[in-house]
Amino acid sequence: MSATAASTSATILPFAESAARVTRDARPLRLITCGSVDDGKSTLIGRLLWDTKAVKEDQAATLARDSGAQNDLGLPDFALLLDGLQAEREQGITIDVAYRYFSTDKRSFIVADTPGHEQYTRNMATGASTADLAVLLADARAGLLEQTRRHATIASLMGIRQFVLAVNKFDLVNYDREIFDRISHEFREFALSLGVRQITAIPMSALKGENVVSPASDAMPWYEGPTLIEALELATARSTQAGGFRMPVQRVVRPGESFRGYQGTVAGGAIKPGDSVVILPSGTVANVSQIVTFDLVRNAAVAGDAVTLVLDRQVDVARGDLIASIDAQPLTGTAFDAQLVALQQGGIEPGKRYWLKSGSRRQRVSIEPLSQLDLASGQWRPHASTLTMNAIGKVRLAFEETAVFDAYDQNRATGAFILIDPDTLNTVAGGMITGKRANLGGLKREGDRVVLSLPADLAEQLMASELFASRREEVEIKRVTAAEAATLWRNAGSDI
Amino acid sequence: MPLSVQETEIKNPPVSRPPLDPHLKALENEAIHIFREVAAEFENPVMLYSIGKDSSVLLHLARKAFFPGRVPFPLLHVDTTWKFKEMIEFRNRIADEYDLDLVVHTNKRGAEEGITPFTHGSAFYTDVMKTEALKQALDAGGYDAAFGGARRDEEASRAKERIYSFRTPDHKWDPRNQRPELWNVYNGMIRKGESVRAFPLSNWTEVDIWRYIQAEDIPLVPLYYAATRPYVERDGMMILAEDPRLELQPGEEVKHGSIRFRTLGCFPLTGAIRSTASNLDEVIAELEIATVSERQGRAIDRDQSGSMEKKKREGYF
Ligand SMILES: Nc1nc2c(ncn2[C@@H]2O[C@H](COP(=O)(O)OP(=O)(O)O)[C@@H](O)[C@H]2O)c(=O)[nH]1
Repeated sequence: MSATAASTSATILPFAESAARVTRDARPLRLITCGSVDDGKSTLIGRLLWDTKAVKEDQAATLARDSGAQNDLGLPDFALLLDGLQAEREQGITIDVAYRYFSTDKRSFIVADTPGHEQYTRNMATGASTADLAVLLADARAGLLEQTRRHATIASLMGIRQFVLAVNKFDLVNYDREIFDRISHEFREFALSLGVRQITAIPMSALKGENVVSPASDAMPWYEGPTLIEALELATARSTQAGGFRMPVQRVVRPGESFRGYQGTVAGGAIKPGDSVVILPSGTVANVSQIVTFDLVRNAAVAGDAVTLVLDRQVDVARGDLIASIDAQPLTGTAFDAQLVALQQGGIEPGKRYWLKSGSRRQRVSIEPLSQLDLASGQWRPHASTLTMNAIGKVRLAFEETAVFDAYDQNRATGAFILIDPDTLNTVAGGMITGKRANLGGLKREGDRVVLSLPADLAEQLMASELFASRREEVEIKRVTAAEAATLWRNAGSDI
Repeated sequence: MPLSVQETEIKNPPVSRPPLDPHLKALENEAIHIFREVAAEFENPVMLYSIGKDSSVLLHLARKAFFPGRVPFPLLHVDTTWKFKEMIEFRNRIADEYDLDLVVHTNKRGAEEGITPFTHGSAFYTDVMKTEALKQALDAGGYDAAFGGARRDEEASRAKERIYSFRTPDHKWDPRNQRPELWNVYNGMIRKGESVRAFPLSNWTEVDIWRYIQAEDIPLVPLYYAATRPYVERDGMMILAEDPRLELQPGEEVKHGSIRFRTLGCFPLTGAIRSTASNLDEVIAELEIATVSERQGRAIDRDQSGSMEKKKREGYF
């Protein structure tokens, strides 16, 4: 794929003299495309690749040969361009996540292309995990389907905060503005209810290439918004530079007696020599003395940078530890709340011990399912048994050793994890930390009884009351000091 | 006293360059992250080194990832004995200059049986001298992870390839049974005998490779740059005519012209293109207008579009 080629293709893109030397001032934008079968997703991606000249001549020739008949516009069947695996091609379905690459002068794009049929939860979760933006397709004739809402729900759960609604096949509804207004309004309401505020709706025809890369002012003079490619060029790539410094240690490098460095990718915040850090879970404190890279010693590193840190003193740091800023520390503990997506046939079983990997750390964990998301209604329903494949659940994580996380909505890198089945060694879930759970909350359940931990004086008063006397079987009150109670209740936030 | 990198002895200290643009920087960071993760999680990794431009970028990234330490794994070159002479010279020089552990493997059985691309056809030859040879070398080394320079944009069947691509003990790739890969959290748990191929360049495109080579001043085999070279035309390909083992067939003649290679492999199977691009800037300029994808020069892919997938299932890298 050639960057200049992209620039020559579309009328809206200015011709660049030497695109390969154009410095792109942005990271690649990662996006996911979701749609129900036949909404035109393959056609849309094919169109994006085609119109940005990401399809090379010989590939196009293969395409023309394989597709045999072309469609009525004389274009090849774009879907064939995308289906990589023979088995899938034979069955005529896409069963996995495929990655596509295209670029314009301004930016490059990585598309996670996920299928629209029943396995979509698993595949969408995979594709969405790294995406900055979701393109949701709707057929203009059908409007928003339950499927579209499901896709949007999953995308928002996985932390995507930018949506583009592609109202496709607009050529089949006479480019009727009212249809667009109605669908886009309905979608906006729904996305807002998911907490997503950056929403762009675009009427388009993927087949004819209208409002994909080229504008369609002839067909839709009333539409003044961006084309899809313009919307993508303007989108923001996710960054975790706000917040505290985080770096999971991948390895320790000791090329000689005098050098000891900690290698990893900055997962949040920024660091410079002289900054104080804490090494977790041990809690040891040190200062950063040097930031080393192959391109000589640096005076700062920010989220995304792969670096080697040197500390000012001999401390015990190993792979799996997290180096964090001392004044904005992550959560540590042995019990956390999380949401997860079950990815494999066996599901996620309550009480089973899994391997959890987050950052560079792998540790044992057991899972207690609490509820499951009903995608049709968007409601969480109590669910304590196995979470079957494709289920999205709220769970409680119990660790044997201290674990270190941020909440996923604070930091996607330090709040995300995968579960590995110790029997199959396969990746069986992807999860997101929602918060820490106190081991002993101020209020908790023990069998059928509620345990209430209160400052001694208050406990006594309550126990003396008639109400308590009458419900002795249901409640147990524990006396603790006021300070202990304050801590318990603070940590218990997630229990209540 | 604080420890300092200046105190350590570094072979081939890096030179200062202008910073990379954010796009290439992001790709570089991701690749370094993958290198470090695999090196830490696997017992016995190896890097497949094919001497081409992608391998050169891969090696450069490996050196960056482990700096100021050495590259903590060997490089494996599967030598079919039919590589371009300049490739072998380049390989030996680089291994020496960068202080690398180089493992060279040739399929002895194939070589002894006289299997050549001329006598046995490209498919059979590739199977024995590349696929089988690679398996032999991986088994012999007991490697549990092998870095490769494959990119997802190269070929349709690669678009779904994972960064950690899981292989059975007999090196099979099962496209339906790949592990889901979320975020940048990679699952490196395998059983004895199983292995992964790890692809740090998965998200790079051909243009990215060239721009990075330019930005980082990475040395390449000179065959990538145009020069007047002898060649013969055969089956629509221009084959370099400098190796005495190339026998002219009736009607063939050695011609001279300004040619270069977009991809490097075994000389009898790798076609040249006509070009006058004799340096990196000119190659990139030429690439900008080229619309023929790079694998086209390789005889191996041209039968039908599913062919690469078949080869991958069988263990071809
Ligand atoms: N008229 C019209 N047809 C379209 C458009 N986009 C896709 N199609 C057609 O809709 C059908 C399904 O498209 P496809 O891309 O395979 O859908 P997918 O299942 O979502 O990947 C094909 O016959 C396409 O040619 C469009 O914008 N207008």
